[in-house]
Amino acid sequence: MRLTCPLCGERDRREFYYYGAEDYLRRPAEGAPLAEWDNYLHLRDNPAGVTKDLWYHEAGCAQWLVVTRNTVTHEISGVELVAERKA
Amino acid sequence: MPELIAKSALEGRSLTLGGVTLAEVEVGPITSVALFPGGAKLAAKGLKTLGLAMPAPNTFVEKKGMRIVWTGREQAFLIGVAPPAIEGVAVTDQTDGWTVLSLAGAASVEVLARLVPVDLRLPVCPVGTALRTQVNHMNAVILRTGDHAFEILVFRSMARTAWHELETTVSMVAARAGLKI
Repeated sequence: MRLTCPLCGERDRREFYYYGAEDYLRRPAEGAPLAEWDNYLHLRDNPAGVTKDLWYHEAGCAQWLVVTRNTVTHEISGVELVAERKA
Repeated sequence: MPELIAKSALEGRSLTLGGVTLAEVEVGPITSVALFPGGAKLAAKGLKTLGLAMPAPNTFVEKKGMRIVWTGREQAFLIGVAPPAIEGVAVTDQTDGWTVLSLAGAASVEVLARLVPVDLRLPVCPVGTALRTQVNHMNAVILRTGDHAFEILVFRSMARTAWHELETTVSMVAARAGLKI
């Protein structure tokens, strides 16, 4: 498996660290209802198809990345920097 | 304060085998220059006093014995010169934190091909390329300094490990070249 880091270019899987679903970027605001926190921490979709998750380019530029990939075909359709995402 | 004698991690050792020379090199001061948010303009102004600019990703620029090396998003290493006063950036001295190894010779690409998970052949990795990647399991910054020459920056604490990895690989590549098949 190879990921194309927006900064470093195409790199081997071993340079990256997998964190989890992209949902971790959407942290509930302070004082949000418990259900929202429960959702944020524990409830994940498990799609057969396109999913987004967080990877860290540990052995490269040390940036967090959002990777869009397909769990069925294993196709990687997008890699973007968390730091340069529009809020 | 007494004058202290600076010692490099590997005492400048070198090794030549199979036409490849591995050596520890002295590069002078190493300074990390990391942009504060919105600091790009001020940084450009400060670096201009040296005739340098923030380098593009995966590149380094060499000028009058000074180097500026891309080491990450909005971050660079200024090597070989005492840093000027620069605003808009976090400037930190890294000189003692790194060991620099040079690897030169026709087979140097083959040596690194055994250790580095990035294609370092000349057409895709021209002179002036700076990569943050790994040498085996060790984080490193690799500079393409010549058609058959590289410089490898590793954490000083890992200097002997890096030397061991490279020395072993240089000798394996040399042994392989000596085989008659």
